Amino acid sequence: MTTVERRATAGASAAVSRRRLRPIRWGNLIILAILAVGLAATILPFVWMVLGSFKSNAELLARPITWWPQAPTLDNFKAWFFEFDILRPFLNSVIVALVTVFATLLLSSMVGWALAKMNFPGKRAITVVVLATLFVPGIVMLIPQFVLVANLGMVNTYWGLILPGMVGAFGVFLMRQFMLEIPDALLDAARIDGAGDFRIFFQIVLPLCKAPLATLAIFTFMGSWNGFVWPLIIAQDDSMYTLPVSLALFSAESGGHGTDFGLQMAGSFLIVIPVLVLFVAMQRHFIQGITMTGIK
Amino acid sequence: MGSLAAQRRRSSLNAWIFVSPFVLTFGVFGLIPLVSSLVMSFTDLKARDIRNPLNVDFVGFDNFVTVLTDETFQRALLNTLIFVAIGVPTTLFIALVLAVMLNSVGPRLATFFRVGYYTPVITTIVAVAIVWRIMYQNTGVFNTILGWFGVTGPNWLSDPNTALLAITIMAIWRNIGVSMVIFLAGLQGIPSDVHEAAALDGVNAAQKFFRITIPLMMPTILLNAILVTTGHMQFFDEPFVMTEGGPLDSTTSVALQVYNQFKYGNYSVGAAGAYVLFALIGILAIVQFRFFRQRT
Repeated sequence: MTTVERRATAGASAAVSRRRLRPIRWGNLIILAILAVGLAATILPFVWMVLGSFKSNAELLARPITWWPQAPTLDNFKAWFFEFDILRPFLNSVIVALVTVFATLLLSSMVGWALAKMNFPGKRAITVVVLATLFVPGIVMLIPQFVLVANLGMVNTYWGLILPGMVGAFGVFLMRQFMLEIPDALLDAARIDGAGDFRIFFQIVLPLCKAPLATLAIFTFMGSWNGFVWPLIIAQDDSMYTLPVSLALFSAESGGHGTDFGLQMAGSFLIVIPVLVLFVAMQRHFIQGITMTGIK
Repeated sequence: MGSLAAQRRRSSLNAWIFVSPFVLTFGVFGLIPLVSSLVMSFTDLKARDIRNPLNVDFVGFDNFVTVLTDETFQRALLNTLIFVAIGVPTTLFIALVLAVMLNSVGPRLATFFRVGYYTPVITTIVAVAIVWRIMYQNTGVFNTILGWFGVTGPNWLSDPNTALLAITIMAIWRNIGVSMVIFLAGLQGIPSDVHEAAALDGVNAAQKFFRITIPLMMPTILLNAILVTTGHMQFFDEPFVMTEGGPLDSTTSVALQVYNQFKYGNYSVGAAGAYVLFALIGILAIVQFRFFRQRT
């Protein structure tokens, strides 16, 4: 179809919608109303969590329930900072997440580059094996990874928390797919100018890959920050707990503070804030990442 | 000619420098566990054998027989399948309807709603589970809202008849965002002349949805169905944090049983259970692939 023809069809369809302006607008209103109700239901738990974190436990236990805090208090937050020392698990979560993100970006982009644009013996085998593990459920790896980490003496260490998180095939897949699109002519030109493989990779390829790197960084950070089962079995005491482990054990009905609802809400709120801020600030990259790969 | 061969050798060497950091980590923390858990599932390995593997014997298919005949495992399998059978179609249907609606409003509004609907996806499961557990209380938020409509809600998580449903509803809430974004990407791939032709023929919204949108979206629906099913088959975090599988095993899942076997030190039985789950996920993916291919 030529541009003129396309414009003509566009004009015709605009004419069609102009003729049916009134009914379409009513339809839009109904659609907006449904979307708004759905959105309200979606964010209700967050609203409840934020409001609840400013309520005393007595108010949260009182019936009938209150929506707006009757006597707003910061006690729950104070308790997390001064009594339960949330900074230690916070620091652990930050360390684990940052190292995992950095290592994943570096390793995935290097291997993705070699698989996309270099020729070497073993390339096919690596590609097939790595991509095949995209489909292995996490629970299959849980026990043998623990046995391995225990044999390596890495239980209750940062190494144990971080290393198994670095082998994700997702990053390799994402980087390889993107790098396949980089034109060979560009690389040939660089080679003629005398640039070697490493110079090409760090000075030409990586700067071109900002978008997938941002996407990968966000997804890896989120996975690590929200990760729960692995840190639960590897971290054995307060010094190594990450935020989700700390919060889950705190909230356990047996042996925890299962009935301290105010503290649980405030803890949940504190844990959610970093990812929420990151998400709202970089939501475009999230969406790109999902549409590029179909995987969350 | 000699220099060409040398050059080729150097470039494969460089390629291996690029891939080796990932390949080594992946080999140790990915491949070794994957293979060893398969081997493990045919032995009688227990927690106490980790340090002296000579005590371990091969036991053939005993662990698989144990898994498949154990009543709790069977219950877990049933729960998992119910969770999939209710959760997956509901999630996909709501996500598709929302995506179609979002596709018809302006880009700014669409972004706003998309961010809102996606928020549950990025939130730590631990925080989500804690907040929902409080909201599901007998006289909590949900039952208060149901009360506005004259409905007396059940004691959601404490009643064996409703606990699984309660967790399923939460999972639907949590998973809609991902599917919706994937559907949106698919919808944007439908050529606009199809909609224009439909508008000229005076097709109404419901006809358009069932006769045009759904058939054209089959490949995206297939991708989404497989992704959501694979995720749901592994469901673990929700019952782990909210109910510990209870009451009366009504919310236990296969992955949770695998974890429990790990916790009791029955590593080999756990590994067998994990592979049973892996096999089921594979079978379901193939079945869905066949089913959808017949319809496109």
